[in-house]
Amino acid sequence: MADYKIHLLVCGGTGCKSSESQILAEHLRSSIESQGLSDFAQVIGTGCFGFCEKGPIVKIIPDNTFYTQVKPEDAKEIVEEHIVKGRKVSRLLYKDPKSDKIVSDSKGMEFYKKQVRIALRNCGVIDPENIEEYIARDGYASLGKVLTTLTPEATIEIIKKSGLRGRGGAGFPTGLKWEITRQSPGKEKYVVCNADEGDPGAFMDRSILEGDPHSVIEAMAINGYCTGASNGLVYIRAEYPLAIERLKKAIEQAREYGLLGERILGTDFSFDINLRYGAGAFVCGEETALIHSMEGGRGEPTMKPPFPSVKGYLGKPTNVNNVETFASIPVIINKGYEWYSSIGTEKSKGTKVFALAGKVNNVGLIEVPMGITLREVIFEIGGGIKNGKKFKGVQIGGPSGGCLTYKHLDVPIDYESLIAAGAMMGSGGMIIMDEDDCMVDVAKYFLDFTVDESCGKCTPCRVGNKRMHELLNNITKGNGTKDDIDRLINLGNVIKDTSLCMLGQSAPNPVLSIIENFREEYEAHIQDKKCPSGVCKALMVYEIVPENCVGCTACARACPVGAITGERKEVHRIDPALCIKCGACMDRCKFNAVIVN
Amino acid sequence: MTKIKNLADLRELKDKLQSKTKLRDKSESPDQLVQIKVAMATCCIASGSRETMNYIVDELDKRNIDAVVTQTGCMGYCYAEPTVEVIVPGKEPIVFGYVDAKRADEIIEKYIKGGMLVEGIIPVNYKKIDQ
Repeated sequence: MADYKIHLLVCGGTGCKSSESQILAEHLRSSIESQGLSDFAQVIGTGCFGFCEKGPIVKIIPDNTFYTQVKPEDAKEIVEEHIVKGRKVSRLLYKDPKSDKIVSDSKGMEFYKKQVRIALRNCGVIDPENIEEYIARDGYASLGKVLTTLTPEATIEIIKKSGLRGRGGAGFPTGLKWEITRQSPGKEKYVVCNADEGDPGAFMDRSILEGDPHSVIEAMAINGYCTGASNGLVYIRAEYPLAIERLKKAIEQAREYGLLGERILGTDFSFDINLRYGAGAFVCGEETALIHSMEGGRGEPTMKPPFPSVKGYLGKPTNVNNVETFASIPVIINKGYEWYSSIGTEKSKGTKVFALAGKVNNVGLIEVPMGITLREVIFEIGGGIKNGKKFKGVQIGGPSGGCLTYKHLDVPIDYESLIAAGAMMGSGGMIIMDEDDCMVDVAKYFLDFTVDESCGKCTPCRVGNKRMHELLNNITKGNGTKDDIDRLINLGNVIKDTSLCMLGQSAPNPVLSIIENFREEYEAHIQDKKCPSGVCKALMVYEIVPENCVGCTACARACPVGAITGERKEVHRIDPALCIKCGACMDRCKFNAVIVN
Repeated sequence: MTKIKNLADLRELKDKLQSKTKLRDKSESPDQLVQIKVAMATCCIASGSRETMNYIVDELDKRNIDAVVTQTGCMGYCYAEPTVEVIVPGKEPIVFGYVDAKRADEIIEKYIKGGMLVEGIIPVNYKKIDQ
């Protein structure tokens, strides 16, 4: 049978799937069938396109038309207009928010212009549930090349020269880790893929596993060959059902095709992969805790050394790498380390995937070359701040990272520069905040998360973070004292120095970096008892400006607790003792008479 | 499915499968490739443009020419259906009329491969607003 002339790529990532993209794909298929075009056009469910802000996405190949926010009802129109008659359905095309122009081709979109998709190369391009599509795009060619033409040492040398560093956050040189595992004595070794992604708002690893599971499988096998392991384990959280399902299917297919199992590609190398499920504890992303959890023990970290590369799963040498690190491996081997190391900065090579979230126009998944500036990411790819508000800060590296501000906008994104600026690469969460966000509240939010997720094993993390949280709570309630800022800094530094694992060692980072960059906001809360952004409820007082009030009674009717009194056509007033600060009166007032102090 | 037993098997399978996803790679860089637009409004389809398009896609593939074939709406030359616009990189777009399999063959062989003009050219009598 001849190949299809038109491909309709429908995003099947978790985000788009929950917006009914699966039903949409079904509708597209049935519309194509009823038009008698089943041999002409093909519908393919792919992984994430990254442009989650406007999902579900449908991309038509070969003319590269990019439809956004497509509903199942739109399927018929797309098929009848675009596929049958070749006319684009303009109401579903992407409209650039800045120029207000319609952009039909995804290559013309600001969102994609500066991206370099390496780890995400197949996401949104192939059907993740079909191994043949992966093979068609050079899949398993790297494994073949390594097994038949390269020694483990030579392969490790390629990875070392590529400059690839761990994408889980710490940035340890990947090639070096492989070499240490290889040199660790032991007959039995393990390869572990860390898919325990826990940062709030981060979904890079999930998207890779959902959109291109074979790239991770292939890389794990390559790693097994290099380190001398014949068993691979993927530690994945049970909260990622779709990623688990696709990964299982992919492993099954790889076994069927002989790309996993005994004597792969006719060589002496045997390798297989199994899954281990996590219950979703943040600390289990730490490699020693992860290994204990896999062994059936408590997910608690232990002191390093010994590093897992020497003594890991079941006491055997274990190579733990993150999903994104693995996903980059096959391309590096295929295209050569020279190519990979030509991308990025001197010490940080290649690309990094970020999950853009928060108050930015284009929320989604992006992959950018190292060295790109925050400004480019937020204002070009991200399309700037929502509703034309002012940019205030960006939290990089999740709850372990730091908060950077407008003065850091031109900092290049690489491991060293981010640390120098007071944040860290982390696994790739990037949360953008605008003028409406209270930074003290943001600090409290992240600390809230780490307090919850602390395993409780060591005192600085268990008790120290709790105390810091109490101090912040007091400040947001208007009970802060002048010494509180110094107390926070002191305590934070002690926790950083004395905690057992990275969770504790990095937990105070958001608080400390926010003090560093937004000290005046803390002071406003403490000295003036005011929240400049109007977020901390305890510090807000709703009032009615008598000059503006016309006595329409709209606010009084909206108030759920009856705190507003006043006769018709007379000035109303709010009883601060009853007011619950819900803001309903302010939303309802048409005369700007309700203000917050 | 029989197992892939060695690297040669894997490469063979890849070559066999490649055409299935090639379309997606090509659409990433259409500027460097020959672009062919086939008019596909109701009247064009009635005049056989779908057959023309299928023929062009299959033949380009057989003759190993890298091209992106897309469909487009009515070009306005309804008297000369099926109409096909061909853009060879670095050259002005040219619209051909009455493109049946025979003429399509001529276009591929003589114009795209050889750079010679063939019969059936419709002089462009309009300007596009985005150019």
